[in-house]
Amino acid sequence: MLEVTDLHAGYGAFQVLQGVSIAVGPGEIVAVLGANGVGKTTLNRALSGLIAARQGRVRFAGDDITGLDSSDIVARGLIHVPEGRKIFADLSVRDNLLLGAYRRASSTRAANLARVLDIFPRLAERLGQRAGTMSGGEQQMLAIGRGLMSEPRLLILDEPSLGLSPLLTEQLFNLIGRLHDSGLAILLVEQNVVQSLAIAGRAYVLEHGQVTLSGDATQIAADPRLKSAYLGL
Amino acid sequence: MPGFDIAAASLVGGLLTGGVYALVALGLTLIYGVLHIVNFAHGALLMVGMFAAYVLAARFGIDPFLAVPLVAAFMFCLGWALYRFVIGRVSRGEDRAMLLATLGVAVVLDNAALVIFTGDTRTIETPLTFAVLEVGPLLLPVGKLVACGMALLMAGLLWAFMARTGTGRAIRAVAREPEGARLVGIRPDRMFALAYGIGVACLGAAACLLLPSFYVSPSVGENFVLIAFTIVVLGGMGSFPGAVVGGLLVGVAESLGGLFLGESLGPITISLMFILVLLLRPTGLFGVAR
Repeated sequence: MLEVTDLHAGYGAFQVLQGVSIAVGPGEIVAVLGANGVGKTTLNRALSGLIAARQGRVRFAGDDITGLDSSDIVARGLIHVPEGRKIFADLSVRDNLLLGAYRRASSTRAANLARVLDIFPRLAERLGQRAGTMSGGEQQMLAIGRGLMSEPRLLILDEPSLGLSPLLTEQLFNLIGRLHDSGLAILLVEQNVVQSLAIAGRAYVLEHGQVTLSGDATQIAADPRLKSAYLGL
Repeated sequence: MPGFDIAAASLVGGLLTGGVYALVALGLTLIYGVLHIVNFAHGALLMVGMFAAYVLAARFGIDPFLAVPLVAAFMFCLGWALYRFVIGRVSRGEDRAMLLATLGVAVVLDNAALVIFTGDTRTIETPLTFAVLEVGPLLLPVGKLVACGMALLMAGLLWAFMARTGTGRAIRAVAREPEGARLVGIRPDRMFALAYGIGVACLGAAACLLLPSFYVSPSVGENFVLIAFTIVVLGGMGSFPGAVVGGLLVGVAESLGGLFLGESLGPITISLMFILVLLLRPTGLFGVAR
């Protein structure tokens, strides 16, 4: 479904990704792990077209999407729920959700909204409220809900549990499991290593902008090199 | 001391003028709210709109009030193209560069108008120029009444567009969270050009409404641009209701100030009110602290 080959990307003179190759198959949960600053968020930003790839290829659902504008990538169903949520704080919850369907036919909008509100009943209670006035957990639900409104074929979740309480984090991982059961492919970037590996089928470990370890999630969980990647040993 | 009747007439006259001021300010506040720049070309673009309405009236005999849709559409295209091909392109997303680009556009437009129309002031007369409506003790100029009504109607339409349509929603999304907007598939550059075009279209409509009761010359924009800036800051930068209420307030202050303090001292009432509001509410009447 998603095939990334030898991806290089960065900011200005700073080269962050130095030849990353990963793949996500249909209906698969793939975790990307690594310490802060190794390039996980840069990888996501390059995949969704927020920054340009300097070298390498990104293929999605059989097409080369390298260098496409982010709006075209969204239209193809590669949806990125970013770190820090980036919801529209001044707008109502309803407006936020409807904007998720900006590139989708208006005919499916009502059904999608009903489906998302079914997953997040909390958002249904707050449709008219300004999004910025909600709690962090509710804002994260909104960010994911907005992503689901875009009819994703692959959902990139960047640090979704950041700032959430342990209880909310558990609910979040339950939700990710449910989305996976419904057939959605998910690329999960998380600081929460143990829970990510428990839910993911496969995983990649990034160090210094390169993949240093990859394989089945259970193998990675047992590999001593995982610890050294985080501790920098 | 002027009598009650005269004061009341002055108050109503101020409200009527203020409605059109509000429309000029609305364009400015929309551009500020979405692009986060002060549009220094605002006065020059109002002048272009007034000359467009003038040419339609003087050459083709089209009443300025009827020319509103035409001039507004023309000004929308002009504003959209200015952003798309000049302001957006030279600034490369840098706010400071964008500010200077609007200033450059103003210089070019002002001087182009001087070349084409010379520095003469021109006026037109319409059937409504001298028509008055008697309401109780008040004599209301029909032209200004219609102008104010149309301006407020336009403000309402713009509000409905921004609040109720998908495109309006996308413009509001880009205003505060451009990256989040890109992640739902909105192209911020397109929304910026659209917002600039709509802001300039407001000027086109305002130009038509001003023309019957005002003169037009290449420097006419200066009369309104300072007032519009005052209204936008007074009402709260980027706020729609702020622009409308601020416009009406400034119209009234100007009119009553002129009546009680005389033509030369009158305009200080605007500045006094402005200072007072900023002292008591630094974010403006409808502004929110960020």
